[in-house]
Amino acid sequence: MNTSVGIVSAQRAHFDTPFTLKSGAVLPHYDLVYETYGTLNADKSNAILICHALSGHHHVAGVYADEPKNLGWWDNMVGPGKPLDTDKFFVIGLNNLGGCHGSTGPSSQNPATGHPYGAAFPVLTVEDWVESQARLADWLGIWQFAAIVGGSLGGMQALQWSLSYPERARHVLVIAAAPKLTAQNIAFNDVARNAILTDPDFHGGDYYQHHTVPKRGLRLARMLGHITYLSDDAMANKFGRELRHGKVNYGYDIEFQIESYLRYQGDKFAGYFDANTYMLMTKALDYFDPAHDFEHDLNRAFARAQANFLVVSFSTDWRFAPERSREIADALLHNRRNVSYAEIASAHGHDSFLMEDAQYMAVMHAYLERVAEELK
Amino acid sequence: MSTIINTRPDFAAIARWIPQGASVLDLGCGDGSLLRYLAEARQVRGYGVEIADDNIVACIKNGVNVIQSNLESGLSGFEDHAFDYVVLSQTLQATRHTEPLVREMLRVGHEGIVSFPNFGYWKARLNVLRGHMPVSDVLPYQWYDTPNVHLCTLDDFEMFCDKYQISILERRVMTEGNEVHLLPNLLGATAMYRFKRA
Repeated sequence: MNTSVGIVSAQRAHFDTPFTLKSGAVLPHYDLVYETYGTLNADKSNAILICHALSGHHHVAGVYADEPKNLGWWDNMVGPGKPLDTDKFFVIGLNNLGGCHGSTGPSSQNPATGHPYGAAFPVLTVEDWVESQARLADWLGIWQFAAIVGGSLGGMQALQWSLSYPERARHVLVIAAAPKLTAQNIAFNDVARNAILTDPDFHGGDYYQHHTVPKRGLRLARMLGHITYLSDDAMANKFGRELRHGKVNYGYDIEFQIESYLRYQGDKFAGYFDANTYMLMTKALDYFDPAHDFEHDLNRAFARAQANFLVVSFSTDWRFAPERSREIADALLHNRRNVSYAEIASAHGHDSFLMEDAQYMAVMHAYLERVAEELK
Repeated sequence: MSTIINTRPDFAAIARWIPQGASVLDLGCGDGSLLRYLAEARQVRGYGVEIADDNIVACIKNGVNVIQSNLESGLSGFEDHAFDYVVLSQTLQATRHTEPLVREMLRVGHEGIVSFPNFGYWKARLNVLRGHMPVSDVLPYQWYDTPNVHLCTLDDFEMFCDKYQISILERRVMTEGNEVHLLPNLLGATAMYRFKRA
């Protein structure tokens, strides 16, 4: 059975209505790049929105005609017969505002200056993203989503949807997320940002005009991030204390395999990702705190929610630990929302949400099959 | 609907105790059959708690809200008096920390409902008299593969309630689907109790 959506292409939506952000800053106009898979049904009730995480984008599934190896980042989840079944659903992936894969972001041209925004690009919040996604939904003629799905920072957006637009999502799937970051989590983000900020090539965020990129900073930020996305066990199993050349050299070159792996990951990431986007994404993570306006009472924050929820966590995810997902489930339960919570036993830490795991897939399949049944 | 509901005889009996529209937490809810039955028969708003992966998937297929959690670590995520009823059906005897769990049931729920196989049932006694651990339809396990660690009789459970200031509101005893009134600790195969804090 063919389970790939096959060849896909990105599309672009242009918005001319000025967008006032939570910070008060205004974007006069902006573009959002997106991809869709499957067919929107006649009553436009089968749409599913996928919200991406820190380094994600609109290319969720399939490949491009001119890049047959560029597989979408959640291809194992989206396609015919897969949990997000494109024979049943119309699945939308977008690149968030502030991104660096085609949507308007810090590297886009600032209409006021004719140069890239750089440091002038406003800081965004999860609420702003949901607002921009709602405008994309309007543009596509979709009033209510069958489901909104996201992992990690994407899970926070899915959650925010249920608060910003309670009636616009019938189901919300929140995977490997948290109701807010802990101090430790913000601290990791701050070290990552500092790596970028202190790179001499950063130029206060206006590196585009200097025809350079703060690669060293971005590389360090990614290396740190990567450590926190894996579990201790996963690293031990994959690398242990294995040496690259079989013996130690009493020097500071790459000796352990883990060093080699991290540098490779850092280099790869710094080669295509925009440092300003990285800064912006980590800030949006830090700011997310829906309980803040309710005297830090998550139960009260979720009183508005109307959707049905699936909350999923992974046992070895210490960056977004199962306890944090359970807080979400408990607050939804307090409000008597329909909610199921699955804690997947997985060795891969936070990155588990992107990986293939039989139980994870079974849970997603079972839940989304019920979402599909409601369409009939 | 592809999933077949497993309707155990104690389901109907438990449902008779639960009024229309009540809120129910089912501990060790299995594939969610009881909650689905209660939702359909009583319009109950229910949540299940389960630990086993395959049961989580089965509950979701059954359209039942389920929280994956280990009962043995308590009900810490659940608020005081969050539910009208907390049900522990055919699970009591398989819990390790039985007394703390029953206490937790009455913290989270206004009332508790348990069902369990009666170890005082004459067939079980006969088995033991003959020198063997009982194996029957309500006690289907061999001694070496049983999940049951805290089996008890009706009298034992009632003494337990007395000791821990739990007042029994109602009791039903059944054998092969029929209600037992005479010598229940000897003639009853399955016991059901509805109780609250004294």
